[in-house]
Amino acid sequence: MSDDKLVGIVLVSHSGAVAESVAALATGLAGGGSTAPVAAAGGTEDGGLGTSSELIAQAAAKVDRGAGIAILTDLGSAVLTVKALIAEGDELPEGARLVDAPFVEGAVAAVVAASAGADVDAVEAAAAEAYSYRKA
Amino acid sequence: MLDAAFFRQWLTSAAALVDREAERLTELDSPIGDADHGSNLQRGFAAVAATLEKDAPTTPGAVLTLAGRQLISTVGGASGPLYGTLLRRTGKALGDAAEVSEQEFADALRTGVDAVGALGGAVPGDKTMLDALVPAVDALSESFGAAREAANEGALATTPLQARKGRASYLGERSIGHQDPGATSSALLFDALVQTAEAGRE
Repeated sequence: MSDDKLVGIVLVSHSGAVAESVAALATGLAGGGSTAPVAAAGGTEDGGLGTSSELIAQAAAKVDRGAGIAILTDLGSAVLTVKALIAEGDELPEGARLVDAPFVEGAVAAVVAASAGADVDAVEAAAAEAYSYRKA
Repeated sequence: MLDAAFFRQWLTSAAALVDREAERLTELDSPIGDADHGSNLQRGFAAVAATLEKDAPTTPGAVLTLAGRQLISTVGGASGPLYGTLLRRTGKALGDAAEVSEQEFADALRTGVDAVGALGGAVPGDKTMLDALVPAVDALSESFGAAREAANEGALATTPLQARKGRASYLGERSIGHQDPGATSSALLFDALVQTAEAGRE
């Protein structure tokens, strides 16, 4: 399977540390060889808490292999900024979509699915399915 | 009729007002938000003013879409995509006309306000910027002054409400008794509109 067919994953958090850590967790758990491209876009450009549309656009460009991009977000401005960027039309690579999923669990599911060669619809479904796993 | 210069002046005035009121906005945002509304908007609107000075778009629609894009890319908090969407959708609704009537502007702004509601999933009464924007755009056909009054009243009327959107909603009943910072900053846009119109008449 050639790498250039894999769906890219972008993880957007209010915190750079959270985004990086979740990316490391998801790629670690996907494990066993190479994984789908994953990029973290956390916090503001100056390292503060918040959302940066520049960092999101850069992360999306970095993981774009032409097979679509699944973007997972945490709260508030992360969700709204990605929605606004998608509405802009020309800010993100074609095929980029916001996936409605829990951030950590969804990221693991998305990276595992994408690394196995799933298309963007299947990656989205895998991430969204993480909502149905109840913990209590 | 309103031309590109009017809209540039509007947003420049808004930037000056946001700058002047930044501390108050942040104070309002500290009990129920994350205490960055003033500084976030200050950064965003300063970028808008700087860009409009450099690029000087020649139609009302282009002024607003460029300003909206700047807000989305520079604010860093939820108000960026929300205000950015407000201005961009309003600008797109105005198309590429060189001048627009006050009624055309009012209609376009309603499109923008509707887009803000759709983006954030909020309605009036949720204690958000829509509590100022919706009554203001309803009054805008009457006059800019009426819109300003409606926005200010709408912002004041958020105090007894319980927040149902955004970070403040996590506070539940503890959000009651605080004026919403987003509705307050929205009212500033209509202050700036009246200032701009009055300056144009002199």
